[in-house]
Amino acid sequence: MAYSDKVIDHYSNPRNVGTLDKSKKSVGTGLVGAPECGDVMRLQIEVDENNVITDAKFKTFGCGSAIASSSLATEWLKGKSIDDALTIDNMDIVEELALPPVKIHCSVLAEDAIKSAINDYRVKNGMEAIVLEKTHH
Amino acid sequence: MLKTPIYLDNNATTPMDPRVLEAMLPYFTEKFGNAASRNHPFGWAAEEGVDYAREQVAKLIGASEKEIIFTSGATESDNLALKGVYEMYKEKGNHIITLTTEHKAVLDACKHLEKLGANITYLDVESDGLVDLNKLEAAMTDQTILVAIMYANNEIGVIQPVKEISAIAHKHGALYFTDAVQAVGKIPVNVDADGIDLLALSAHKMYGPKGVGALYVRRKNPRVKVTSQMDGGGHERGMRSGTLNVTGIVGLGKACELCYNEMEEEAKRLSALRDKLESNLTVLEESYVNGNRSHRLPHTANISFKYVEGEGLMMSMKDMAVSSGSACTSASLEPSYVLKSLGLSDDLAHSSIRFGLGRFSTEEEVDFAIEKTKQAVNHLRELSPLWEMFKEGIDLDSIEWAEH
Repeated sequence: MAYSDKVIDHYSNPRNVGTLDKSKKSVGTGLVGAPECGDVMRLQIEVDENNVITDAKFKTFGCGSAIASSSLATEWLKGKSIDDALTIDNMDIVEELALPPVKIHCSVLAEDAIKSAINDYRVKNGMEAIVLEKTHH
Repeated sequence: MLKTPIYLDNNATTPMDPRVLEAMLPYFTEKFGNAASRNHPFGWAAEEGVDYAREQVAKLIGASEKEIIFTSGATESDNLALKGVYEMYKEKGNHIITLTTEHKAVLDACKHLEKLGANITYLDVESDGLVDLNKLEAAMTDQTILVAIMYANNEIGVIQPVKEISAIAHKHGALYFTDAVQAVGKIPVNVDADGIDLLALSAHKMYGPKGVGALYVRRKNPRVKVTSQMDGGGHERGMRSGTLNVTGIVGLGKACELCYNEMEEEAKRLSALRDKLESNLTVLEESYVNGNRSHRLPHTANISFKYVEGEGLMMSMKDMAVSSGSACTSASLEPSYVLKSLGLSDDLAHSSIRFGLGRFSTEEEVDFAIEKTKQAVNHLRELSPLWEMFKEGIDLDSIEWAEH
C-alpha cells in the first residue's frame, strides 16, 4: 500500500512536535489510544483568554498515518477557537491526507485527541466537559 | 555503489538466482513437453528434466527421489500433508498436535480438519519460541496420529528440536510432519537423521521460482501414504494429480543443488553479517532480540525497538525492505500471533522488525541497514509520547489506557 504524498510529507516533516506544560491552566492535554493497540496520541493545546488556540503540540506512537493525522490536526487547531476546533471531523482528515479505509481509525483517534484536549482545558477552566459523540474502537 | 532499496526480507521470498533461471529457460520453449507423454521425445525431454530435479531435491534433504511429490508450493504441501494424513489414518486416531506459532497454512488446515472431526492440540511455545518437549510428550495420546511442528519459524527463525520431537512422536506411534520451508537450503536437514516422515518445502524461499514446491513422503520405515487432495491423472504416485510444472520443477531442482553446494559457507557468512547487524542495533536503548539466540537460522534477526511502532518505523526505513510484526502491516489490526505466542506484550509485538538476510546481501548493505535503522528509531522516539514518559520514569502500565 503506497502512502499519499501528504502523509509522507507530514511523516517526514512533522509539524509541531513537542510538549507543552500540562500543569498550566491554559494548557489542555489529550492522551488517547493504547500501546497494545499500536497507537497512542498525545495532543496538547494552549488557549488564550478569548478561548483561541494559540499553540498546539503533539507526540504520537503509531504508524505513518497516525503521525500524519496528529501533525495535521495541530496545524488546523492553531488560531481556531475551542468551539470551532470541535467541528473538526475525522473525515476531513481522511480527505486531506487521502487515507485508505484501513487507516480511517488513525483519523478517528486524532479527532478523539482534539476533543479530549479541549475537554481537559474546559474542565480545568470551570467549563463543563462536552460529550464525545464518537469514540474509536 | 550501493543500490537502493536494499532487500532484507528474504524470509518472505528470495530473488531467483540467475543460475536457476538459466537452467529453467530451455524448458519454456524447446523442451516444452508434457512429462507424462511417454511416447515421444518431447515428453522424454521434459521427464528427464523432472527426474533430475527430483534427485536434486532428494539429495538436499537426504531422501530418495521416489519420496518427492512436486506441488505448487508449501501451502499446498502443508495442506496435502495434514489433510492427506488425516484422511488416510483417521481410523487409527483423530488427534493431531501442532504449535501456535506454525504458519497459517498449517493452522488453517488444522482448523479445517477440526470441522471434519479431528481433535487438534495447539501447543504454546516457551518465551524463546521453542517447544517444551515435556509438554509435547504430555500431549501425546493413543489417538495421536500426527505431530506437525515446523523446522524453523518464519518470523523469528528459531529452530525446533526436530530430532527429539520426532522421537517422541514415533514412541507414541504417530507420524512426524514438518513445514521446513525456512530451513531447507539454509541449514542441514536430513529426513533420516531427523526422523521426519513428511516435510514441506518451497522453491521461492531458496532462490528458486514461485509457484513450485514439494512434499517429502517417507516410503520406508514406515511407508507413509497420504490421500490425494486433487483428483485427476494420478500423477506423483497418485498423491498429487495435475500436469507437472516442468519449468518450475527444474528451477526448484537447480535451486536445491546450489543450496547443497553453497550452504555451509553461506551460513557462516550470513550469521556473521546477522550478528553484526544485531550487535549494532541492540546498542540502542530498550531494544530486544526476539526468540532463542542459539537455536536459530543464520540469516534471520527479529528485534523489538520499544516505544516505536513497527509500521511507522518501516516508513522511515524506506530505502530498505524489511517486515514488521506490527498490526498496521496487516488488515487485521492484530499484532503478530507468533510474537504474542512468545508471551511478548502487544506493544513489543507492535515494535518489532524482522531482518532477513540472503545470498545477495552484502556487508555494505548491512552497514547501511544499521545506520538507517538507528536513525529511524531515534527519529520516531523523538515523536513518541511513550518514549518521553519512559524517559521521565513514568510506568506505562500505571496509566489507564483507553483500549480500542
